[in-house]
Amino acid sequence: MKRYLALLLVVILFAVSCTPAGTAEDHIGGADPEAPKVKLGLVTDTGGIDDKSFNQGTWEGLVAYKVGAKLEEENVKFLQSTSDADYIPNLTTLAEEGMDLVVAPGFLFEDAIKQFSTDFPEQKILFIDAAVDAPNVMNAVFAEHEGSYLVGVAAALKAQEAGKNKVGFIGGADFELIQKFEAGFEQGVKAIAPEMEIVIQYATAFDKPEEGQTLASKMYDDGVYVIYHAAGGTGNGAIKEAKDRRENEEDVWIIGVDKDQYEDGIYSGGDVESAILTSMIKRVDLAAYRAAQAVADGTFEGGTVEYKIKDEGVGIPAENPNLTDEWVNTINEYKDKIAGGEITVDPVPSRVK
Amino acid sequence: MSLALISSMLILSFNYATPIIVAALGGIYAERSGVTNIGIEGMMVIGAFVAAAFVPLFESQLGGVTPWIAIVLGTIAGGIYSLIHAYISIDLRGDQIISGTALNMLSVGIAVYFTQIIFGMQRTQTFNRGISKVNVPILKDIPILGDLLFMRIYPTFFLSLALVVITWFVLFKTRFGLRLRACGEHPSAVDSVGVSVRKMRYIGVILSGLLAGLAGGIMVLSQSTQFTAFSIHGVGFIALASLIFGRWNPWGVLGAGIFFGFSQIFTVYANDFAFLRSVPNEFFFMMPYVFTILAMLLFSRRSVAPKAVGEPYDVSKR
Repeated sequence: MKRYLALLLVVILFAVSCTPAGTAEDHIGGADPEAPKVKLGLVTDTGGIDDKSFNQGTWEGLVAYKVGAKLEEENVKFLQSTSDADYIPNLTTLAEEGMDLVVAPGFLFEDAIKQFSTDFPEQKILFIDAAVDAPNVMNAVFAEHEGSYLVGVAAALKAQEAGKNKVGFIGGADFELIQKFEAGFEQGVKAIAPEMEIVIQYATAFDKPEEGQTLASKMYDDGVYVIYHAAGGTGNGAIKEAKDRRENEEDVWIIGVDKDQYEDGIYSGGDVESAILTSMIKRVDLAAYRAAQAVADGTFEGGTVEYKIKDEGVGIPAENPNLTDEWVNTINEYKDKIAGGEITVDPVPSRVK
Repeated sequence: MSLALISSMLILSFNYATPIIVAALGGIYAERSGVTNIGIEGMMVIGAFVAAAFVPLFESQLGGVTPWIAIVLGTIAGGIYSLIHAYISIDLRGDQIISGTALNMLSVGIAVYFTQIIFGMQRTQTFNRGISKVNVPILKDIPILGDLLFMRIYPTFFLSLALVVITWFVLFKTRFGLRLRACGEHPSAVDSVGVSVRKMRYIGVILSGLLAGLAGGIMVLSQSTQFTAFSIHGVGFIALASLIFGRWNPWGVLGAGIFFGFSQIFTVYANDFAFLRSVPNEFFFMMPYVFTILAMLLFSRRSVAPKAVGEPYDVSKR
């Protein structure tokens, strides 16, 4: 019996992981073919290079720079990590090959970057989606609250059209970073419909789909019309719930996060209908591209760069089949207002203040 | 407390409970035959992976039946995977705990290795056709009960109920069941009347693998949109707990599974009850695990584990 108890304790220890994401192509440009030829290296996290998420997006950014700046094929490369233990060896390999810039996408690299940046103090490093304080590390973070504001506007417009007065937010875990998503969403919804009710729920982890499904089911049962999830794998369960309900002719929607999740929301095997209203995307490709450019121009410096709406660093996808053109125009108006400083989005949700 | 609220909670609990019940029923077959199966989690991972990998590859050709074919394949894969455990613990008389643990650890590695080959990433491609909820015809029109149990529910829950009845019948009403149970209680007695303990135990473990594979397939196809290394995350161990909590009995397992499901759901709904609102949410997140440990403490002494479970059968010691 003891061994069962021990195993049950192991169960409790099973947890914690997060899946960040994001890609797109436009708004990239300006690479100078005459600029000094740089060597660029990327280390992927365990998600692999084709993860349709951070690794892939970052790689696309580097490739876009390579093409624009006419770099040699072999001077832009990536190394894949099969476990956390590969991070430092992979980073070290690239540094020793004389890369001008080494890129690490995703907060999973935090400890590895701390170590690596002190082992190679001269190595220029781009760290995406989290921050390490070192003179040779450029940290690219995103103004998630600004992007979330836009999807909040989308949610409110959609709900108003349907005559509904409730929208919801599901966070993977209740801490500062995820609260930024909540805060932006809340303010975006209120901008369109000040009276609209926003139901907030947090899960306990980023890798428990059934928990996301339960939360989404509860919200939809309570009359919530559109849910915005910032919950990685847990959010997949929420997407599944939205798909199931739409298949059963229930009119509910969900908003994706980090990357364009439209495809994840397609149901009934059809190729047109998706439960994803729109998505809040983070442009990691842009961060990688700009960092490569900075290295070539000699303007690279350590510190944290926040990619905001005005840099096109966050936003909604170029294609939104479930939004009308009119709504997209309204969203773009808000986007311009935020970019122009007319609207300031607070990263702290009202419930926390 | 409204009827709608009860209905939501019940249906969600059933959804949560379904894979737990199915996997635990599998555990009954293995343990009743005398082989501890710690590897349920790993067999679920294999079943989930095979099912979730099949759907995106074939859904455009096969249409609506794809998820059902997928869970059948997941079931078979779980059964095949369990052969490793059967061979080690029955033929090689290895330590069953170590074998099961090894299978758990190996499973995620195998699954991710193949997703890497097939999809070029460490998860499967998202699928469009999962198992969807249904309204049960006729039964849904029963007043109150229809709304409570037969609206928007996953058909797999009814499958799990059917499996409970079948398992009960097979174990307690058939000659095969008697022999299987006897193998777990007193294998040398079974051997002395000319029934092969080895064969019975192989059957027990394979049935366990089949059902665990089915549970994994059901879980990923009804609760998520793709398979990842975290798709199962400990549900196999909850199933093991249900097996003990349910005292190696299919009806007990059904109750235990629904209990675990309900306690998970309750964490989400706790805030809807005014008198519980002052309690911090974290407290409710802890509850299912606290209940599990309490249940272990309460029931373990009176536990009715098969006597010979975990012991390799050695003819020479007869």
